[in-house]
Amino acid sequence: MPMTSLGSEDVVLQTIELGKRYGRRWAVREASLEVRRGEVFGFLGPNGAGKSTTIRMILSLVHPTHGEVLLFEKPLRSQREEVLARVGGLVESADFYGYLSARKNLEIVGALRGGCSRDHIAEVLELVGLTQRADDKVKTFSHGMKQRLGIAQALLGWPEFIVLDEPTTGLDPHGIKEVRHLIRQLSTDRAITIFLSSHLLSEIEQTATSMAIINKGKVVVQGKVRDLLDDANSVVRLEASPMDKALAVVQQFPGVERIQSNGETIELKMPASAVAALNARLVHEGVQVHALIPRRSLEDYFLSITQGASEID
Amino acid sequence: MILRYEILKTYRKWRTYIGFLALFVLVPVVEIALKLEGGGMLRRMTRDIAQDFLLVGNLFNAYFVTYFIMNSLWVHVPFLITLVAGDQLAGEATGGTFRLILIRPVSRTRILWVKYVTTLFYVCTLIFTLALLSVGLGTFLFGLGDLLVPGRTLTVLPQTEMVWRMALAFALATLSMWCVASLAFLFSSLVENAIGPIIGTMAVIIGFIIITNIPLELFDAIKPYLFTTYFTVWQKAFEQPIPWATMARHAAILAGFCVGFYALTWYIFVRKDVLS
Repeated sequence: MPMTSLGSEDVVLQTIELGKRYGRRWAVREASLEVRRGEVFGFLGPNGAGKSTTIRMILSLVHPTHGEVLLFEKPLRSQREEVLARVGGLVESADFYGYLSARKNLEIVGALRGGCSRDHIAEVLELVGLTQRADDKVKTFSHGMKQRLGIAQALLGWPEFIVLDEPTTGLDPHGIKEVRHLIRQLSTDRAITIFLSSHLLSEIEQTATSMAIINKGKVVVQGKVRDLLDDANSVVRLEASPMDKALAVVQQFPGVERIQSNGETIELKMPASAVAALNARLVHEGVQVHALIPRRSLEDYFLSITQGASEID
Repeated sequence: MILRYEILKTYRKWRTYIGFLALFVLVPVVEIALKLEGGGMLRRMTRDIAQDFLLVGNLFNAYFVTYFIMNSLWVHVPFLITLVAGDQLAGEATGGTFRLILIRPVSRTRILWVKYVTTLFYVCTLIFTLALLSVGLGTFLFGLGDLLVPGRTLTVLPQTEMVWRMALAFALATLSMWCVASLAFLFSSLVENAIGPIIGTMAVIIGFIIITNIPLELFDAIKPYLFTTYFTVWQKAFEQPIPWATMARHAAILAGFCVGFYALTWYIFVRKDVLS
């Protein structure tokens, strides 16, 4: 089995000031992303933020109005066939030729990749657990099964890089767990670089090593998940009574950087690791703690933009 | 390889067989009706000349009814063709399967070409079925004979020439139906649902046919620019002698329309943003 030894480029995907304008509205604006070999890259954003448009540009479905996509350090525009031969993808919902079997659908995709052996098709079907249903028409499949077949087709030919657009959307909790497990497995066992979009921070947190957040068409944050979700900058919400006594305690507590209070709740900027100690101190001082909820600053930030977006909707 | 799967995709669809099914209803109904009518139509046609000429042999035969049925090439067969040709690109958009096939290391130019060839192939199979069915069933019901060509002048073509003349006529008919398919294919690249291309193509064809048949000087001037004007090209295979030069010119014009429609489709398709 050929592993991902074909290319040695360190940067698998780079988008340079990528932009797409529909009429007068920019769906994506100056999106510069960089995905390095071996990463699981999480692309996070609320619905309508420009995730799908960006992915469509990366996979040549949509032509950028501005900027450029580089795959394996080569421009997609001029070397489309060469670079796409090394990429697999699933864009939005997994749609297939419903009147054909799962196997036939994979054969069609395989043919477009230059041909795939029967064994290889059986192998990817096995990997996503569809061996039993391989010869059934796809129109009889449940959403979850289609989604798994969607991942299977992205894996045909064992590409070095796969792009998965919201692969867990519409799956039940068990299905979500399976897909996440599969993504980790592909990354570690097969060393496939993975680009994964989601509107759920928790999903990115659980699967990705690097991430970017896109909002209103712009990339607002980018970096290692480890660094971005560092708990040193958590925001902790405290509800307690009596309030004045609680305030007095937190003001003297070590590590608390900023305190905001609106009379009912107190918001503290402090390391999440010290929350348990704070709770013990409050109780020791005779304060009744009703709620003590740590939230990391990025989560807080992301929640604020998703809520902002949903208000627009 | 890709072409094989494209043909498989088309011929595994129920939609593709509507055309064949329609022919298997239309042709027998027409031929049986003609059989029951017992040659009344032929007698009416020949009423005037029968007084001056002695018409011998079996003139009410398979070739005669086939010639009659070939007039379905004006509207009926084009409609059956648009069902498939109009769906060829729009159907992929409706099904969301452009996202499946256009992210592959195959250029859009190639994918479009394969789809176009598949569409033309479908037209060939449909016309071939029409030919086989009308001549075959006609032979069974009426037998063979010389062809009395309906028209202003009296032409009777010997039975010995009918095989190649019929083959030529159906080949020319295929070319004009390729034109219909190309137009539907073009419209198919513009929208995300097959209904538009089907109605659009039929509207154009019916509109053009009406213009072609209204004897106005203004319309005469534009007739040469309407592709439907050249749909009569198959009838030239039954003229005596065959006007080869005109036939070749009309065939070339039809081919030119096909190329033109395809070139425009290509121009649209490679620039298209796939949002479906």
